[in-house]
Amino acid sequence: MSKKAKLETVDNVTIRFAGDSGDGMQLSGGRFTQTSAIMGNDLSTLPDFPAEIRAPAGSLAGVSSFQIHFSSQEIHTPGEKPDVLVAMNPAALKVHLKDLTPGGALIINKNAFTTKNLKLAGYDSDPTEDGSLEDYYSTHFIEMSKMVERACEGIDLSPKLIDRTKNLCALGVLFWMYDRPLEPTIDWLNKKFKSKPDVVEANVRALNTGYNYGDTAEIFTTRYVVKKAKLAPGKYRNINGTLATCLGLLTAVEKSKLSLTFAGYPITPASNILHTLSNWKRFGVKTYQAEDEIAGIGAALGASYGGSLGVTASSGPGIALKGEFLGLAVITELPLVVINVQRGGPSTGLPTKTEQSDLFQAVYGRNGEAPMPVIAAATPGDCYYTAYEACRMAVKYMTPVMMLSDGYLVNGSEPWIIPNPDKMNDFDAGFVKENLTDEQYLPYKRNEETLARGWAIPGTKGLEHRIGGIEKQDVTGNVNYDSDNHEKMVQIRAQKVANIANELPPTEVFGEKKGDLLILSWGSTHGACKAATESLLDEDLKVAHVSIRWISPLPKDLKDILSNYKKILMPEINTGQFRQMIRAEFLVDAIGLNEVQGKPLGASTIVAKAKEIINE
Amino acid sequence: MSDKPLLKKADFQSDQAIRWCPGCGDYAILAQTQKTFPEITEKKENTVFISGIGCSSRFPYYMNTFGFHTIHGRAPTIASGLKMANPELSVWLVTGDGDGFSIGGNHMIHLLRRNVDINVMLFNNRIYGLTKGQYSPTSEQGKVTYSTPMGSIDYPFKPTKLALGAEASFVAKTIDKELKHLQAMIKRANSHKGTSFIEIYQNCNIFNDGAFSHLTDRDSKEEQLLRLEDGEPMIFGAEKDKGIYLDGTSPKVVQIGKDYSIDDIVVHNEKDRFIGDMLANFTASEEFPEPIGVLYCKERPSYDELMEAQMNEAQKDSKKAKGLYELLNAGDTWEVK
Repeated sequence: MSKKAKLETVDNVTIRFAGDSGDGMQLSGGRFTQTSAIMGNDLSTLPDFPAEIRAPAGSLAGVSSFQIHFSSQEIHTPGEKPDVLVAMNPAALKVHLKDLTPGGALIINKNAFTTKNLKLAGYDSDPTEDGSLEDYYSTHFIEMSKMVERACEGIDLSPKLIDRTKNLCALGVLFWMYDRPLEPTIDWLNKKFKSKPDVVEANVRALNTGYNYGDTAEIFTTRYVVKKAKLAPGKYRNINGTLATCLGLLTAVEKSKLSLTFAGYPITPASNILHTLSNWKRFGVKTYQAEDEIAGIGAALGASYGGSLGVTASSGPGIALKGEFLGLAVITELPLVVINVQRGGPSTGLPTKTEQSDLFQAVYGRNGEAPMPVIAAATPGDCYYTAYEACRMAVKYMTPVMMLSDGYLVNGSEPWIIPNPDKMNDFDAGFVKENLTDEQYLPYKRNEETLARGWAIPGTKGLEHRIGGIEKQDVTGNVNYDSDNHEKMVQIRAQKVANIANELPPTEVFGEKKGDLLILSWGSTHGACKAATESLLDEDLKVAHVSIRWISPLPKDLKDILSNYKKILMPEINTGQFRQMIRAEFLVDAIGLNEVQGKPLGASTIVAKAKEIINE
Repeated sequence: MSDKPLLKKADFQSDQAIRWCPGCGDYAILAQTQKTFPEITEKKENTVFISGIGCSSRFPYYMNTFGFHTIHGRAPTIASGLKMANPELSVWLVTGDGDGFSIGGNHMIHLLRRNVDINVMLFNNRIYGLTKGQYSPTSEQGKVTYSTPMGSIDYPFKPTKLALGAEASFVAKTIDKELKHLQAMIKRANSHKGTSFIEIYQNCNIFNDGAFSHLTDRDSKEEQLLRLEDGEPMIFGAEKDKGIYLDGTSPKVVQIGKDYSIDDIVVHNEKDRFIGDMLANFTASEEFPEPIGVLYCKERPSYDELMEAQMNEAQKDSKKAKGLYELLNAGDTWEVK
């Protein structure tokens, strides 16, 4: 019997699982996340995988990772430097070791440190043998491959398949270290591999092997307890941005009694939206994998023209291809929701990495004067409300709406209070039902308050009319090249979008209502900015954080809010796009904090910058 | 449908002034369409004309139905989305050789292979008209235009052949000046379930005048036109004295009389893909007459029907979460008090 390891309570832990693309790191991370969620921790996750499906095994390019930050307190980011790094091969160690906190735990699959793998990772000598790690980290070199091989003796599976269970072994070690139950994972394995009992058995044995190793090997002196977080009361689930987005779209069509037609073309990191919605035919959701990005938005717009709510999703390069259709949606004034899951650019750029560099593309990226509402999601769970709002505004104002998300939001996850759809507002599609005059129907007659035109769908008697991309005559919608009419229509289209600001709720200010510094963010930098602000407030600094949801139109109260602070700091994962907009709009000398590294901003970077500015 | 149409040609004429050049072949196509529609529908509100960009694409503005003048080459995408949203609609797509086969070529082939229940009217004038006279993907090699002063070196498409290559289930060809024939093709396209593709040779009297004069001149046309009738032998000529004979798998034109009788002539079978491919190959050839009529027609389930079937099938899947509430609450959940 082993000497009992001592239990130590900690508030915050960040673990990074790293291995080869085929090592199952996303799965290990996902299960650790789910278990931590059930245990009541607050958490935030960041998967990171290569663009190549299977880069050469053991290569640096093929390293895949999953980071989870979990806590007994409220947290907003997936963490920065991990406290624990699980490295399943030399390449994973090489790529990720630089991030590990000094003194942090390093858990290594010793069996993967072969001459070949070491060479592939560019190691001249074996770091698990040459003593280069032990002085700096708490090292645990575990022969995971051998352990699972022994544990699975007698199971009728190929050695290759058995070796693949080593990710569960690593997970077992982590479960022991952080005192988490195995049952949720075992239940999950039973469900997932229902028809393959041998696979379940092998994985369960691997999981237990890892757990028992921690318990008996006497190499771990401490186990850690991360207690439940004090989260707002309610029923929770863990959710990523993709699922939240899709649920938001579905809620919007249920609340408006519209049908949903989603048309898109596969592109990383947006494809999972197409996959998820394709499984929801039973809710009347029609999905269409188009021949290209242009056809995706075209079919969505065609569906909207026909009285369904058309939605398309893509990432930067695909959005570029859709640009001409956005203009058509603007001039024909049809509802349409376009989701841009941003990734690193330009061109193909960094397909699997996150970035906020499509803001200008979203706001300005069309020919002509083509204003379009733009809304940005702040957290994975917030994608739900953002998608719902995008749909509601598209229908109410008869306009295409761009929803900005990003690679981190769609793949990252967080505990989420399950919304009650009954409490979301209904909204009316408001189809024009009949032509009450003897005259031709007037498709560009407008609602006086919103300036939206009527949604007059084919199949409705008496409403026959023609629309198109040539400038429309006010009211009649006939083709018209008159200069005064054109200018008037340009202004009407702009005013219509601007009118959305009339119904935006007051902007939330977190922190001091007046002070030295306002941290102003949009999109997924929300979490890091909020965490940074909390920590600055703890030091009694006069700071606040505002997260902007509607980029276009901007909230009306923003100008006053900005005037309440001596300085404004704008952290963005781009070179300062929103900052340029804010400076142009409000003539304020906002200061940028810009990192373009394909990963979320860290709260500590923001804290450091904020202090530097305040102390200037 | 009742015997006497409820609607008249005038019901399909919009109040918009027509802005094609005087003498353009598009006028004839528009008039025949407006004339035919009372015979094929009683509900003009269920009719939608969708177009891209180009001279032909102004067509929807002149039809008093629902209409959508979209962007260059992309009409098939809008039409497909519309048909998905409301399969009850009768969707017509008007396009040209540039719109449909150059900038929009990709959408066109995918529309045809998917077999969405849409009727395509492709006006082929073998030239770019609206941009003022550049060669198109159906212009003959050597054509001198503003952009090809030394003659075009591009080899042209044969639209019906391309449509068949894209697995179209209905392929027909007609000519702007063949008024009755044009009407008949519109009716045939309308009754076909799936994508119906009609290529219409259309004279651009400004930039490519006379491109089809050999097929439209009263004196010579019957020597050049092969009028297809399902189940009938492929004979042509003013005296009906020539026909298509199959020598093994090679077609050739023969004189009926001495060496060949009418029984030697190939009988048209719209459902026979081999015959369809052969006829599509006759396009713009020196050796063979130009076939007009239905080259190929064989129904298979349309995209919208297949989608409808899947949507219905999915409703029966009772094992999965039923409503939005269940879906929101699916998976591992926990309470925080």
